[in-house]
Amino acid sequence: MTNELIDFTLVSVALLGIGIYGLAVKRNFIRMLFAVEIIINAANLNLVAFGRFLPHSGGQTLALFSIAIAAAEVAVGLSLIIVAYRMYQNVDIADFRSLKG
Amino acid sequence: MADAAFLALTVITIGSAIAALELRSLIYGSIALMGTLGGIAGFFFLLDAPFVALFQLAVYVGSIAVLILFTVMLVKRELIFKKVEDKRRKFAGIGLMMVVMVGLGAVFLDSGIKTITTDEPPVDFRDIGTDFVTYYWPALILMGLILAGSVTGALVLAKREDVENDQRTN
Repeated sequence: MTNELIDFTLVSVALLGIGIYGLAVKRNFIRMLFAVEIIINAANLNLVAFGRFLPHSGGQTLALFSIAIAAAEVAVGLSLIIVAYRMYQNVDIADFRSLKG
Repeated sequence: MADAAFLALTVITIGSAIAALELRSLIYGSIALMGTLGGIAGFFFLLDAPFVALFQLAVYVGSIAVLILFTVMLVKRELIFKKVEDKRRKFAGIGLMMVVMVGLGAVFLDSGIKTITTDEPPVDFRDIGTDFVTYYWPALILMGLILAGSVTGALVLAKREDVENDQRTN
């Protein structure tokens, strides 16, 4: 294999950094969900990369579990966005302060 | 050393990840997110994991990205293009990103990961199926229950309480 493990790990670190930037800076609920998706994908990339270089099937199995759980998380997240949008007519998280307990 | 396909996929993935967060329109942003998810699927192909790559294409690019696109379309037009940003917050975010990237990158480059290479054949995807039904079977059932529960929960959450069935116009 011409590509080494460190190459994939560095791409994953870059994606993690971009995701953290999005979570820290953006105030739009939908964009924050984008950032979470990017971070989850960075984690999946690491799982499959380490699974390939060991080599062990566990990496791919865990990545499949992770993709399925991420799909559930997105469904719930999007329905929360729709409910919050219906209540506040906005997707800016600064407007959702009154949701705090 | 990385090959040309890897470099091209890196540019596509990271470029469209930045575009997804920074493009003014949320619709173009979600299309750029599709690029990121597709790029990750490309990396899975490079890692000899075609099953996970196709799963990624089907679940992420095929359903999640389309779900996000439809949610964006439900939002008011002016909110799709509105961009509220604090300059100081943005610089702090870029600083945080740099700290994470440089810090973790330096740790990984300094660690033993750098020397790991393999000449062994890739994992047979039939092993994944065996894993699922032998060692991981309780997790598989739990995952199915979680998926069913979360989708039902999402439907209940998004259901409108204020409109009765007979009041719907169409």
